[in-house]
Amino acid sequence: MNVSYNWLRALAPSITATPSELADALAMRGAPVDELVELSAGIGDVVIARVDEVRQHPNADRLRLCSVDAGSGARLQVVCGAPNVEAGGYYPFAPIGSSLPGGVEIRKAKLRGELSEGMLCSARELGLGRDHAGLMALSGSEWQLGASLVDQLGLNDTRLIVDVTPNRPDLLSHVGVARELAPGGVADITLRPFSAEPPALATRNAGGDHGEMEGIRVVIEDAVGCPRYTAAIVRGVRVGPSPEWLATRLRSVGLRPINNLVDATNYVLHEMGQPLHAFDLDRLGGGEIRVRRARPGETLRTLDGVERELTAEILVIADAERAVALAGVMGGEESEVTAGTTNLLIECASFEPQRVRKAARFLGLSTDASHRFERGVDPELQLPTLSRVVDLILAIAGGSPEPTLLEVGSGSAPRMIVPLRLERVTRLLGIELDESEIERLLEPIGFVMEAGADGLAVRVPGYRPDVTREVDLIEEIARRRGYASFPEQLAPFRPTTVPEDPLVPVLRRVRETFTRWGFLEARTAGFAPAADSRVPLLNPLSSEESHLRDAVLPGLLRRVEHNWAHGVRNVRLYEIGTAFLPAPGETVPREEIRVAAAFTGLSEPLHWSGPGRSYDLWDLKALLEELAATLGAAAPQPATVGGATGLLDAVEGFEVSGVGAVRAEAGAVLASSVDSPAWADRLFGLEITLSAADVASIRYAPLPEYPAVERDLALLVPQGTAAAELERVIRSAAGTLLEEVGPFDLYAGAGIPEGTRSLAWRLRFRRPDRTLTDAEVDRSVDGVLRALEELNVSRR
Amino acid sequence: MVDDLLEQLRELEKEGAGSIATADGAEELERLRVDLLGRKGRLTGILRGLGGLSPEERPRVGAEANRVKEVLSARIDERKAACEVAAAPEAHVDLTLPGRARWRGGVHPVTLVVDEICDIFRDLGFSRVRGHEVETVEYNFVKLNTPLDHPAVDMHDTFYLGESLLLRTHTSPVQARVMEQFRPPVRVVVPGMVFRRDPFDASHAPGFEQLEGLAVDEGITFVDFKATISEFARRFFGPTTKTRFRPSFFPFTEPSAEVDVSCQLCGGAGCSACKRTGWMEIGGAGMVDPAVFEAVGYDPERYTGFAFGLGPARIAMQRYGIPDIRLLYENDVRFLEQFV
Repeated sequence: MNVSYNWLRALAPSITATPSELADALAMRGAPVDELVELSAGIGDVVIARVDEVRQHPNADRLRLCSVDAGSGARLQVVCGAPNVEAGGYYPFAPIGSSLPGGVEIRKAKLRGELSEGMLCSARELGLGRDHAGLMALSGSEWQLGASLVDQLGLNDTRLIVDVTPNRPDLLSHVGVARELAPGGVADITLRPFSAEPPALATRNAGGDHGEMEGIRVVIEDAVGCPRYTAAIVRGVRVGPSPEWLATRLRSVGLRPINNLVDATNYVLHEMGQPLHAFDLDRLGGGEIRVRRARPGETLRTLDGVERELTAEILVIADAERAVALAGVMGGEESEVTAGTTNLLIECASFEPQRVRKAARFLGLSTDASHRFERGVDPELQLPTLSRVVDLILAIAGGSPEPTLLEVGSGSAPRMIVPLRLERVTRLLGIELDESEIERLLEPIGFVMEAGADGLAVRVPGYRPDVTREVDLIEEIARRRGYASFPEQLAPFRPTTVPEDPLVPVLRRVRETFTRWGFLEARTAGFAPAADSRVPLLNPLSSEESHLRDAVLPGLLRRVEHNWAHGVRNVRLYEIGTAFLPAPGETVPREEIRVAAAFTGLSEPLHWSGPGRSYDLWDLKALLEELAATLGAAAPQPATVGGATGLLDAVEGFEVSGVGAVRAEAGAVLASSVDSPAWADRLFGLEITLSAADVASIRYAPLPEYPAVERDLALLVPQGTAAAELERVIRSAAGTLLEEVGPFDLYAGAGIPEGTRSLAWRLRFRRPDRTLTDAEVDRSVDGVLRALEELNVSRR
Repeated sequence: MVDDLLEQLRELEKEGAGSIATADGAEELERLRVDLLGRKGRLTGILRGLGGLSPEERPRVGAEANRVKEVLSARIDERKAACEVAAAPEAHVDLTLPGRARWRGGVHPVTLVVDEICDIFRDLGFSRVRGHEVETVEYNFVKLNTPLDHPAVDMHDTFYLGESLLLRTHTSPVQARVMEQFRPPVRVVVPGMVFRRDPFDASHAPGFEQLEGLAVDEGITFVDFKATISEFARRFFGPTTKTRFRPSFFPFTEPSAEVDVSCQLCGGAGCSACKRTGWMEIGGAGMVDPAVFEAVGYDPERYTGFAFGLGPARIAMQRYGIPDIRLLYENDVRFLEQFV
């Protein structure tokens, strides 16, 4: 909502605060000001000038030579390209040495060989509007040549761009904003008449769903969609440009003046908040206004020149034959006011918010009118607004009104009366307020206090459709009193009944593990292309983000590519996020919390002491083992893992499964799964489904009291016999004395028989109760060697 | 004879010590060791005279000879170490070379903020819970007092998966889910991803983090609400932080407020980061609307409460001076490494 500071003050002279003070006040009343626009900024040098003579430029078809009187006594020659420049016209003029908004400096120049001593300006060049079809023509002839444009037009104004929340349609008008800001509220606002003798108009309300006035019949077919329709008729108007004061007002809120009739309805809309529409009475067929649903297949060419196909959801204003306007949204082109219009029908109606909203959304239109109707227009406002616009039209366009305003529909809705209990105010706001303070807070903005059965009964003004319940009144009390006026006192609280999410400690330990491993946490939004998922969005932003991911790793690989694309070779990322899986028989997809990791490059930062080592499969296995242990899952097993995501190598991979709900797969990422530069190292990936159940618990084991004995065994192992198998046999044959066993050297090649490899193991023996003897250890080792013979494994 | 030998030993000690003290370098010291204490050295020479002594006299001289040998030997070692230290700068170890580093890991800046916020609210009695990212229209809007034909729905541009299925536009549906499952007193915080149909630009992302809070019990008032949020703000942003509550509109709270904290960069004086206002917006909040209590089966006459929604991504941007929200989701290693 654009608000003019001058306009506000004209309505409520008691507003004396500066624009920035008003902006602060509005922010603290719930309507923050996004921007303050100084309307005269940059045009202080612009003066008013008259063009006395217009000649064709000798060297350019589209340029004219103007003889300009800017009040200095000299006749200036100005080259001008605007089509609307006329001899005798008054225009804004930027003299030599002045500057315009945006820093344009006006200098003496030759244009196509002709001297130009200044510049005649359009509204857009002055930052006063979007209109740049031609010069900003000043209507009338009472202008003082050479006088400052800013002073003459009253442009010393500031526009407040107010962010109005959807619950406050009352702030979508200057009267409403003034009511909120004026110290005395409603009482401070004066609507001064436009004519010396404003017309006294009577109202005729026939009741029921139709009415008639001077041969015009109004019928409401849809009383829900249009509870009330009022209309005025003015004959013999003269269409022309608006007076400057009116044009200035409209420009001050960012509107383009069009003609006096359209401008009058726009002015009153922005003043009162009630949308209006002016029809050319002579172009309404059959002497009838009919408020009805659109017929199937019916079309209407709207004011913006678009031919629109309508549906029965849409409420239209029709004449006897066809739709002439979209109710509450936009008028039709055929019945619009044009230069030739002499007789007017002015509509001022109340339309149901939902109906207008549906039409506006269906048509993809949002207008000043629909914006207000959607949010709710004061049901009591139609007749006062109609009188006001008739007064304005008579003042600036002449004509004579029908002495009676027609009103069809149920008439004023009764004002809502809302009970208010003081006890409830205290209970919600935490402080005690008495009736007189509540009245002091609410009365200025039009609420009326009465004694109720159980406290107060508050009569809510029609322009506050958001206030229907006691709690709405309590909010209004807090808002008017100012949130800052409430104390801040921490009170004791009872403990919550809601247990902590059991996944929280799991995620913490996973993050700790990755931090220890030097990995960085990534975050992505969780969208995926169709190829990566089976959970589609109905309205995606792009084909790359058309689905919800069913795995976290693919998105992470895209992040690795992003790093590679920026020349980063060493990448260690992990992400904890949601995977979305279609659930059979359910419309809602199943959500799993997963952790994925992707890493490539050097296993440690490059150091001068050596060439560095790149990550390999054994880093992946160790990371997976540590995560599995952290999560209380079984040790990873070699597996064919290409399947689930199709991203990983089917030969070099591992999986974790079978214990609790933890599932994991890990492996080298296939070269075909990523777009990698030639210099990139191998890339490894893993993905684990997390569950709350399994966090490994920790138990203390007593420290040994007696020394250990170590034995190394170099074994010749046939190819095809797995290390895990050897370990199992060693452990079972060595018996309880064996404390720990693990491979420490692997060799194949010269000196080793074909088809075998040498794998050296270190065995550590210990007894908990005394020192071991060599003989005991020898017996155990002999047992191991005998058992290994069965696997065709011998000592080297 | 004995005295003569003892005199020679003392002479050797004195002279030897002198030579050792002025010796320069390990080689010269080795030569001195051979010359003084070696098998053909001067000490050995003196000890040849032992043959002329009686068995009773020999131990006395022998003991003295051993003492002199130990003293000189120790002197040589000391001197040798001193020479090595002096020679060190020209030796093999350049201590200015960098040490052997490890990769440093860490969590995402938004995680830092989320965890810190949750920790503070845990101190204030709030437990941390989670909700689903795919929600129903019923929970995302209707139970939160937001009819679908209300203009407030326009405030959210929503991703849909089906007619009544969507990606949650805020974490607020978890309010309804928690209240339906548990009886008061309820105090929870709910961090999680939310989704709006906005393409990526400097200040928008189609998916970003939000953190919901909810406190419901008998006797919770607007005063408690303000006090709790301000207490959080002081603990999170610093003890001198001021808070400002501006009236606003959310369908599921009433009264509703936007919460501002004094700008962390200028301390409230006004700078470009806070658009000269001195304030930074951290989220929306308010007292739970009675219609929400009715929708979840709580008695609105008995219970009151407050709710709030904070933007951890935006707070992280303010706290760390990150100018563009896309940086948070590009996951450039060089960006993430700055937060470890």
